[in-house]
Amino acid sequence: MTDLSMPQTQTRSQSATGKIALRWLLYVLLGLFALYYLMPLFVMLTTSLKSLEEIRTGSLISLPREVSFDAWKTAWSGACTGIQCEGLRPYFWNSVLIAVPAVFLSTLIGALNGYVVAQWRFKGANIIFSLMLFGCFIPFQVVLLPMARLLGMMGIAGTIPGLIFVHVIYGLGFTTLFFRNYYVTIPAELTKAARVDGAGFLRIFWSIFLPLSLPIIVVTVIWQFTQIWNDFLFGVSFSQAGTQPVTVALNNIVNSTTGVKEYNVDMAAAIIAGLPTLLVYVVAGKYFIRGLTAGSVKG
Amino acid sequence: MAPILDINNLYKNYGATEVLKDINISIEPGDFLVLVGPSGCGKSTLLNCIAGLEEITGGTLSIGGKDMTHVSPKDRDIAMVFQSYALYPTMSVAKNITFGMKVRGVDQATQNAKLKDVASLLQIEPLLNRRPSQLSGGQRQRVAMGRALVRDPKLFLFDEPLSNLDAKLRVEMRTEIKKLHQTLDASIVYVTHDQIEAMTLATKIVVLKGGIVQQIGSPAEIYNNPANLFVADFMGSPAMNLIPAQASKTGPGTQIAIARESGETLVLNDARDLSLPEDVILGLRPEDIAEAGFRAGDGVQQAACMVDMVEPAGADTYVVSELGGKQVTARLHAETSAQAGQMLNLAFDMSKVSYFAKETGERLN
Repeated sequence: MTDLSMPQTQTRSQSATGKIALRWLLYVLLGLFALYYLMPLFVMLTTSLKSLEEIRTGSLISLPREVSFDAWKTAWSGACTGIQCEGLRPYFWNSVLIAVPAVFLSTLIGALNGYVVAQWRFKGANIIFSLMLFGCFIPFQVVLLPMARLLGMMGIAGTIPGLIFVHVIYGLGFTTLFFRNYYVTIPAELTKAARVDGAGFLRIFWSIFLPLSLPIIVVTVIWQFTQIWNDFLFGVSFSQAGTQPVTVALNNIVNSTTGVKEYNVDMAAAIIAGLPTLLVYVVAGKYFIRGLTAGSVKG
Repeated sequence: MAPILDINNLYKNYGATEVLKDINISIEPGDFLVLVGPSGCGKSTLLNCIAGLEEITGGTLSIGGKDMTHVSPKDRDIAMVFQSYALYPTMSVAKNITFGMKVRGVDQATQNAKLKDVASLLQIEPLLNRRPSQLSGGQRQRVAMGRALVRDPKLFLFDEPLSNLDAKLRVEMRTEIKKLHQTLDASIVYVTHDQIEAMTLATKIVVLKGGIVQQIGSPAEIYNNPANLFVADFMGSPAMNLIPAQASKTGPGTQIAIARESGETLVLNDARDLSLPEDVILGLRPEDIAEAGFRAGDGVQQAACMVDMVEPAGADTYVVSELGGKQVTARLHAETSAQAGQMLNLAFDMSKVSYFAKETGERLN
């Protein structure tokens, strides 16, 4: 018996070594990929902390000899976007004023839409849902002109409410899809029980469905915030001087150079413009994965 | 007293499909009505129609003497227990039970008093602060019943409430529901596909098939005098023996001839004065066929039959024999000496026989 077990243990230890080697290979590969993706961020960060003099003389990937936050200060409050030189600050707040209400409204309306389509099956519910889904796939360029005309007729062209309106409308396809797919997994008997208990349409939504929805709300908020904050096309098309979002301002800073190109300011501005989405991912990231896989696991 | 539930000529269509056809049911206060039938027969749809969760296509429906045909569920004075229990997952047990009262704006003191009553009645006091996900199936079942009981409604509706429980718990809860019905003297409409549940719980049974009422009656009526072949076959376990036979009049009584593949034709006499067509289906429950000598009475007739199979089932032993081309089951006492492949004298209680028309399946006697 004992000599019989010998070769077995041998093969087992052999395969164990193979497994460890494979595991390390995997780590090394993943590490290389991570480095590759982090490289641009590294260059941006180091460049933003260098002086113009050092950028001109030093190498692209070298660390700054002297760390200076001057470029950040300029990007935030002094860089020129065309003729004005107020930095990113006013546009950053424009973006906040656009993104926060637009995210809130599109999430709320999407939740209500999803609740209706999933739980209150009316005639044509599937057709309406399919049409909304179709809305997700319409390229934004196609709708620029009609939307400009509509905003003009509504008298909110070039204003922040106008941009909020646009983002809410174009977010609804996705937010409805998210909530509908989440609510479809909730048994219809729950709604029936609440109806017998005397609760109405909004009461059921508010007391029973919304408290269940945290994971999908997080997913929707991250998705919508990233979309709206990073949007450039709508921002550049439907804004005017004073209502431009941060992405448009960033473009203007980078493109309007007088004399020397200030790479350090450009890099700092780009990081500032990207920070909020990064923050949202860091704070709510773990709910994001959880929300995407929700429904597959019963509570 | 006025009927607590009165359904007249109720129709329900989904598009062009008729799901329920001309339903007429009426129950008195304190009745325990069970809607039973195979899956897809429309019993749950009928319950949803009574609850007002489904709009009915035609006919009228009144609860407690008031017309409720187009009244919304919350104003029907009903409470409902669902198959999946449908407990609100984010609320505690206590909140689940009081949610209806909260929605209706009942004051806090009354809410607490009623919650306490119901919790002690169902023995769920220790669970009140738990979430539904922390409860076992049986406990969830109790909470769901608590949510219904706290309403103190005119009519309780149960939609297959026991089908998600394991076999042992199901029997326990069945007894408890029956006990509750007796203590509270409540009026209940109960849907099940389980004919044993129907028999044990009901004071009145409605057998449905394909959206049409097959028979309405007390459990004993349904069991002893099934209205047609479907009811005869559906109710009872093991099922009623349905044997093709030839009937002929002999004086005041009737002679029944049953062909046998092996051996001579079995001839039995029914003393009752019946007018039957020649071709009939004879229906006899397994317990109405006994071993000779164990059953006495006017209608009992003996005949030797070939035993094809013996199935001991603890309390009883089932014996299977071929009659009229069918496997016929007889329910014998446990200590029977019957052996497969041997002849055995069986006693047929002809006074219990039901006759059905061969073509239509309708009852003839």
